[in-house]
Amino acid sequence: MSDRITTADVVKVATLARLDLTPDEIERLTVELDGMLEHFADMDALDLTHVRPMTQPYPLRNVFRPDVVQPGLDRDEVLAAAPVAEDGRFRVPPIIGLDS
Amino acid sequence: MSDLPITAAAIAAGVRDGSVKAVDVIEAHLARITEREGDVHAFNLVLADEARAAAVAVDAAVAAGNDPGPLAGVPVALKDNMCTRGVPTTCSSKILAGWKPPYDATVVSKLAAAGAITVGKTNLDEFAMGSSTENSAFGPTRNPLDLSRVPGGSSGGSAAAVAAGFSAVSIGSDTGGSIRQPAALCGVVGVKPTYGYVSRYGLIAFASSLDQIGPFATTVHDAALMLDVIGGHDPMDSTSIPAEQPSLVASLDRGVEGLRVGRITDLPHGADPDVLERLEAAFDALRAAGAIIVDVQVPAFANALTAYYLIAPAEASSNLARFDGVRFGMRVDAADTNAMYSATRAAGFGAEVKRRIMLGTYALSAGYYDAYYGRALKVRRLIHDEFARAYQQAEVLLTPTSPTVAFPFGAKGDNPLAMYLCDLYTIPTNLAGHPGMSVPFGTGADGLPVGIQVLAGTLDEPTMFRVGAALERAAAHEGSAR
Repeated sequence: MSDRITTADVVKVATLARLDLTPDEIERLTVELDGMLEHFADMDALDLTHVRPMTQPYPLRNVFRPDVVQPGLDRDEVLAAAPVAEDGRFRVPPIIGLDS
Repeated sequence: MSDLPITAAAIAAGVRDGSVKAVDVIEAHLARITEREGDVHAFNLVLADEARAAAVAVDAAVAAGNDPGPLAGVPVALKDNMCTRGVPTTCSSKILAGWKPPYDATVVSKLAAAGAITVGKTNLDEFAMGSSTENSAFGPTRNPLDLSRVPGGSSGGSAAAVAAGFSAVSIGSDTGGSIRQPAALCGVVGVKPTYGYVSRYGLIAFASSLDQIGPFATTVHDAALMLDVIGGHDPMDSTSIPAEQPSLVASLDRGVEGLRVGRITDLPHGADPDVLERLEAAFDALRAAGAIIVDVQVPAFANALTAYYLIAPAEASSNLARFDGVRFGMRVDAADTNAMYSATRAAGFGAEVKRRIMLGTYALSAGYYDAYYGRALKVRRLIHDEFARAYQQAEVLLTPTSPTVAFPFGAKGDNPLAMYLCDLYTIPTNLAGHPGMSVPFGTGADGLPVGIQVLAGTLDEPTMFRVGAALERAAAHEGSAR
């Protein structure tokens, strides 16, 4: 195996991605991601110095419309689809103070 | 009921003039579902009662002298990543279990307004990530032509539904080949339109700069009819193109006389000999119909897979951040929100989705962005520009849709790269934003169908459909001559 990506990299990326991976998953992903990055090396041979990046296939412009009030989604219907809702809001566990 | 029409065009014509009852059409399709769905597993959800009620309404409208629309009484199946108000929408993922969207996708509204009748929500690779429908959290779909083989993916359920006669037409989404490849493997027509041709409002996003909605059908004519209904600008999707879209049905009979059809001489290797044989037959058929075959080069075609597997996962890692246990589907409780997000996502996502989120997050992370995501975006530009040049030399390009015919379950093993190669020929089009379609063109190994891919320039769907229709005529002629 090459050193393109290490187990420590995978652990760090999993934290960024908010994925609670098992030790088995971390080990397997280290091998799989390394294999993919090796395969992706075909890009290295291309001279891309003067090529502009392309993020969208269609040239996007700001879209304006008259500022008219229109019906939005039904609040009760939206909240009914949530795992936990209370008093017209999404209910979540504490956001700060427990993990630091 | 045996003399009921098969195609969407014939069903709609019959229902509109009162010679065919929508209720009979729906009952015939539901009967086929009852008979074979246990084997095929095309659906995550069959909407039998809703379809029957809708059929009664369509027949009542006709009886009252009203026109239900160009798809009157046509049974349609929807890939289960299209939002349907009040009807479960899962993306074949555990993380969306029990979720009922509070709105309809634009395509869903347009189909209903045209008189089409939804018979069910179809199975897919979880969040449309895969090429075999083996990655569904609810079990694989089987190919109706050979139950030991995959239907392709990710829209495998939608392709299988049409191939099995469960619906006359269906809707899929195509990010790297997810309509065209399963269409090829199931022997039906599948179209990925120009990026922006069909509104993506209500399509649960995988990779927003690549995703496009399109139809499956048994005929090129039906696919054109579907696109004429679902295409068009939508204020709810800022990437939908505000351009006039000419009727594609009207373009079908124009023939290919004098049209230049491109052969990509540096097409990456990897297709099986039986598939390449059919590609040659397709060039011969179009030449016989009056087209001119010209050689073109697209050198960066060879780098498309790499660019795609950096860009698509990068966009997916961002899009799928919304599945965090707060607003939709399942939640795994934990002491604080960060722990809740991580636990919910770990329990809710399958292995392939996690793999792509990890790859995408890595490609976007500090220190690697320029080397991976940044370079991939530049390769994307090369691919786009090379295709644009090719379309100055030839109106359309022909390639195989899939390197192989339908393969057996488990054939790609645990090697994700082997599965990714299934989309070798379909991926560049998504990166460039151009349209592509797969048309069945005879059979290859084991008598299984081979699809030929027709590619065209931005918004040149009319020419693409002319060529698709010519291939269909040639295949029918070849079939009857045997």
